[in-house]
Amino acid sequence: MDSPADFTVAEDGGRQVVRFSGALTLAGLGNLPKRLNALNRRDMVVDLSDVSSVDTVGAWLIHKLARDDNAEIKGCSEDAAALIEQVSQADQPVKMRPDRTPPLYRVLGQIGLATVQAGRTMLGLLGFFGSLVIASFNLIRHPRRFRFNAVVQQFEVVGADALGIIGLMSFLVGIVIAQQGAVQLRQFGAEVFTVNLIGRSAVKELGVLMTAIMVAGRSSSAFAAQIGSMKLNEEVAAMTTIGVSPMEALVFPRVFATVLMMPLLGFYAAMLAVIGGGVFTWMALDIPPVTFVQRIREVVPMTDLYQTLIKAPVFGLIIAMAGCFQGMLVEGSAEEVGLRTTSAVVQSIFLVIVLDAFFAVFFTSIGWP
Amino acid sequence: MSDDEPIISVRGLRNSFGEQVIHEDLDLDVRKGEILGVVGGSGTGKSVLMRSIIGLQQPDEGEIKVFGEHILGRNEDELKLIRQRWGILFQSGALFSTLTVAENVQVPIREFFPDIDEDLNDEIAAYKVVMSGLPAEAGPKFPAELSGGMKKRAGVARALALDPELLFLDEPTAGLDPIGAAAFDELIRDLQSALGLTVFLITHDLDSLYAICDRVAVLADKKVVAVGTIPELLALDHPWIEEYFRGPRGRAAAMTKTGGADV
Repeated sequence: MDSPADFTVAEDGGRQVVRFSGALTLAGLGNLPKRLNALNRRDMVVDLSDVSSVDTVGAWLIHKLARDDNAEIKGCSEDAAALIEQVSQADQPVKMRPDRTPPLYRVLGQIGLATVQAGRTMLGLLGFFGSLVIASFNLIRHPRRFRFNAVVQQFEVVGADALGIIGLMSFLVGIVIAQQGAVQLRQFGAEVFTVNLIGRSAVKELGVLMTAIMVAGRSSSAFAAQIGSMKLNEEVAAMTTIGVSPMEALVFPRVFATVLMMPLLGFYAAMLAVIGGGVFTWMALDIPPVTFVQRIREVVPMTDLYQTLIKAPVFGLIIAMAGCFQGMLVEGSAEEVGLRTTSAVVQSIFLVIVLDAFFAVFFTSIGWP
Repeated sequence: MSDDEPIISVRGLRNSFGEQVIHEDLDLDVRKGEILGVVGGSGTGKSVLMRSIIGLQQPDEGEIKVFGEHILGRNEDELKLIRQRWGILFQSGALFSTLTVAENVQVPIREFFPDIDEDLNDEIAAYKVVMSGLPAEAGPKFPAELSGGMKKRAGVARALALDPELLFLDEPTAGLDPIGAAAFDELIRDLQSALGLTVFLITHDLDSLYAICDRVAVLADKKVVAVGTIPELLALDHPWIEEYFRGPRGRAAAMTKTGGADV
């Protein structure tokens, strides 16, 4: 192993002689660059005759001495001379980092960019909805182009496969609502109204909302990732050139299946939440199941169920569209698939909750309790 | 390690994925200071061979020595010392996408020499970037803003960051246009002679083989069937080698080579 790099300074006829020794390499350098910088440099001669090995980093240091201080190099081996020649040819000012903008400008710029992007996304989503409507009309005019197998497969993926997780989640949410409600209502001696709380919140809001969130997390992301990777792989482009419309072949089956599955899943989730609540009230409040069911039928109006069944397909449409739309936007790199998948989930949950608020106001104003 | 000892030595290598055996009793030597081209049909395990040598793939059997040191069965700290001495260019550059080109080059330097002076680190990255044939403006760019050829050059800059003795290149000219590919060949040749590198080059590019390789290793039938200069290989009368170099593309590449020599 070579000894690490070192140097000594001597005087020779008024000139400063810097004599290097050891391995002038990245590994052997140690604090030599710092010491070299600290050196009070003037008219100098660099003597390399004791140097055991040189790499480009060592050559670069020598080159810098020659460049900045006009040092004369002597005792240089052939290899070292070639390396110094190489690095001196590569000596150009190179910028390391992108320009930094002041934080205030950057924040303002980001806000502006985000606003423009949000606007574009909404417009894009509207345009996407338009092409989906056109695709649906085309399919109605040419029913033979309807992809029955693809739709059935999506039924399974979006609907049947989600039964377990949605059921479990709703059941547990039912228990939580019942438990929390019972604790609060007990203070007024109104524990029996826990049944109202469970029935109305589960059937009207929680069932469908929790389902929407779960479907957004499961299926919207899957749609974005599937279609996104197909876009990257140029499958979508290939499809178009063959004459198959990606809107009809990829987007429509997914949207159609989700729109059809959402009311079923929403109803199922509402029922399981009610059952979860029923189990809790039976165990903790000693309300027998028969009484519980009877009370539920008394306090939950049919309009609550209608609300769920009206909202669910709309949510399904939003969720599936957001997923497919984001998938279609993928371009360039695999990294984008990840980003688009995230936006698909965020966008669909956001839109679902915004729409849910509109629905709540709307149903109240038409007199549904 | 003496000078005539091979820089890479593979003995009795066996690799398999499940039932499928990729390499069986494979031997290969790479001499110090040469550019060794590795060729073989698709699926003959060229990349697997490279991954075995650099320790990314655990072979079933065999012995691999790089710089005279055993690679297999070493712990991380020992491997780190060996890894310092080689540089690798992956097929599509494999640049870190969240870092700029210059920062990519600095990653190995920072990792192995954390105490290095910041200014010197910047200067090193700067000359490596220029040496790899990138324009000076490429320094602050992110990999996504680069063309395929520039990504590979940036990959070379990163591979050269620690002044390696050995450079692995996995299909460096794949996906480049002929002008870019020829320029890349020239870059490898120049760097090899200037820095005294040994190069392990996996390629399908017949032009590269003729232009820059000192020797060519042919992978077929799960092993290295032959190693030698192209004339030596052709003298062997192996059907696959024959087809590879004497096919229409092989002839064209050979013609440009001899044509170039005449001028």
